[in-house]
Amino acid sequence: MAKAAAIPAGAAAEADHHDHHAPPQLKVAEPPKELEREPLVLNNRSLTWITDAIAGVCEKPMPKWWWPAFIISAGTMGMMFSLIAYLISTGVGVWGLNQPADWAWDITNFVFWIGIGHAGTLISAVLCLLRQKWRTSINRAAEAMTIFAVACAGIFPVVHTGRVWFALFPGYLIPFPNANGIWPQFRSPLLWDVFAVSTYGTVSLLFWYTGLIPDLATLRDRATHKVRRFLYGLFSLGWTGSNRHWSNYEKAYLILAGLSTPLVLSVHSIVSFDFAVSQVPGWHTTIFPPYFVAGAIFSGFGMVLTLMIPMRALFNLHDIITTRHIELMCKVLLATGSIVGYAYGMEFFIAWYGGSPYELYAFKNRAFGPYWWSYWSMITCNVISPHFFWFKKLRTNVVFVWIVSCFVNVGMWFERFVIIVTSLHRDYLPSSWGYFTPTWVDVFTFVGSFGLFMTLFLLFIRFLPAISITEVKAVTPQADPHHPLGGANGHHH
Amino acid sequence: MSAKPLGLLAQFETAADIMHAAIAVRDAGFKKWDVFTPFPIHGMDDAMALPSSKVGYFTFAGGITGFFTGMTMIWFMNKFDYPLVVGGKPLFTPLYAFPVSYELTILLSAFGTLFGLALLNRLPKLHNPLFASERFKRAMNDKFFVFVETADPKFSETETRALLEKLGASAIEEIQDTKD
Repeated sequence: MAKAAAIPAGAAAEADHHDHHAPPQLKVAEPPKELEREPLVLNNRSLTWITDAIAGVCEKPMPKWWWPAFIISAGTMGMMFSLIAYLISTGVGVWGLNQPADWAWDITNFVFWIGIGHAGTLISAVLCLLRQKWRTSINRAAEAMTIFAVACAGIFPVVHTGRVWFALFPGYLIPFPNANGIWPQFRSPLLWDVFAVSTYGTVSLLFWYTGLIPDLATLRDRATHKVRRFLYGLFSLGWTGSNRHWSNYEKAYLILAGLSTPLVLSVHSIVSFDFAVSQVPGWHTTIFPPYFVAGAIFSGFGMVLTLMIPMRALFNLHDIITTRHIELMCKVLLATGSIVGYAYGMEFFIAWYGGSPYELYAFKNRAFGPYWWSYWSMITCNVISPHFFWFKKLRTNVVFVWIVSCFVNVGMWFERFVIIVTSLHRDYLPSSWGYFTPTWVDVFTFVGSFGLFMTLFLLFIRFLPAISITEVKAVTPQADPHHPLGGANGHHH
Repeated sequence: MSAKPLGLLAQFETAADIMHAAIAVRDAGFKKWDVFTPFPIHGMDDAMALPSSKVGYFTFAGGITGFFTGMTMIWFMNKFDYPLVVGGKPLFTPLYAFPVSYELTILLSAFGTLFGLALLNRLPKLHNPLFASERFKRAMNDKFFVFVETADPKFSETETRALLEKLGASAIEEIQDTKD
């Protein structure tokens, strides 16, 4: 980091009054211009400014758009729960899936949502281990997105069993002593998935909460209302900012990041096992685990951008979530999007090179069969759209980035639809072939899951700091005791 | 209610000042003291001569428990208690038991870490005499504090105050025991 070059002229003078004895003059050569980086917090904002800007969002009354947005989201969520009630009371037949396509929108939606969550963990854990300081501005909201996405994902596999009480209670999914004396079948990847997804949801929640503790203490100390002070006080556990606590906290946070990294890689690998361990042509491929993980991160970053760009504009957080942050996320989209594109190509190559006629047929059918439109929608959104981000001009055009991020979301939903439905609808015997069409219940249950997601996200920005106050401060020069803005006066301790 | 003095709380304005103060207080030989900052300051653990955190041991204990719970549970359920051949696969092998055991390793490691964090930090602790200080409300905002306890054998009302003043504290206040 080009520290010396980033100091404004006044800062050195400001630090002067801390001078007890004049330091020896030290000449440090200016770093070359290409090594200079844009600061992570723009306009040299003070520590208090950062607290006020972020805590202010959840302290001041919400802007006018919040209530209509909340009512629409909550209504959509209500629609989803009504449709689930309708499904449970009637039967899974209210959805369009049937032999041979006995997985369709349900599992598509599940993989779609769980994939979105992966970006949050990547930002909070992997970028933490890689010491990417820019993560601090976006990790809180991205982790929240992870948890809400996992909540949306969890609904579909549970509901698709139809008689959900069998799935949940007497030990089919969760090991639980029951009157039938049976246990879950641990040789099935579907059960591995149950453990992977529930561990993922739980650990993400723990990691998110650990990160929130110091910020809740900040909100507690600023709270003017009794109830707020009590609740923030309760959940901040009496945090004081003691360095003896920080010492353990920093270690715990690093360990949680170290645990979440292999976790996030395992979760989507195991999700891909749901398909890859089966023998269905189009599913039975070894490329699935890395390809699913890359796709998950790609889709998640798409969703992070879709959420973060409006949030930063609506709450005036341009100095904390800067254009540089958006640009860096676009680069992640470009990298993971390229991996996804490569995987699509490699799948086709192996289908031909592997010499299995069923496999080759499955892939030809994907691109040119009755579901050709979904395959080419996927290719357009996932393979073509990220390549706009080779150009800095487009990466820094926020409106353009937002539009492309929406394409990524759509494309990644289609990817899962293509994998699931096109592989199933042509069975081995032509007499068993079919064509899946969703019913209105399919469509509105999926739409409703966005209602749940948005409701949770709106509540989150209403009550919790959407950006980590503590971590953003820690990457400013004011936090560095060896930086003039941190009060350093030139001599070493 | 008896107001018993608990210690002196000194406020500092910058990260460099608090670092400087921490080193001086450590060198003066104090043991029962602490530094309060709105964010972790890099190098402060060394400045305070704190040992490396022990959270990792809790993580390890959690992880080991998780892994062996997974393996034992799967062996018990699928081989011992209700053996059922599925697809000609073996009743038990660590290979198919691995994904679930792996997830349980991570799950219990995470719980172990958080449990260790709470235990080592003695949290939750909702009542704290420091919260009575109006100044301390900025400890999680933009100010930096040193707190030296009267319980420290080296503590002296006048000398400790003089030391903190010399270090450039912008304010010093006495913290009382607020317990009834």
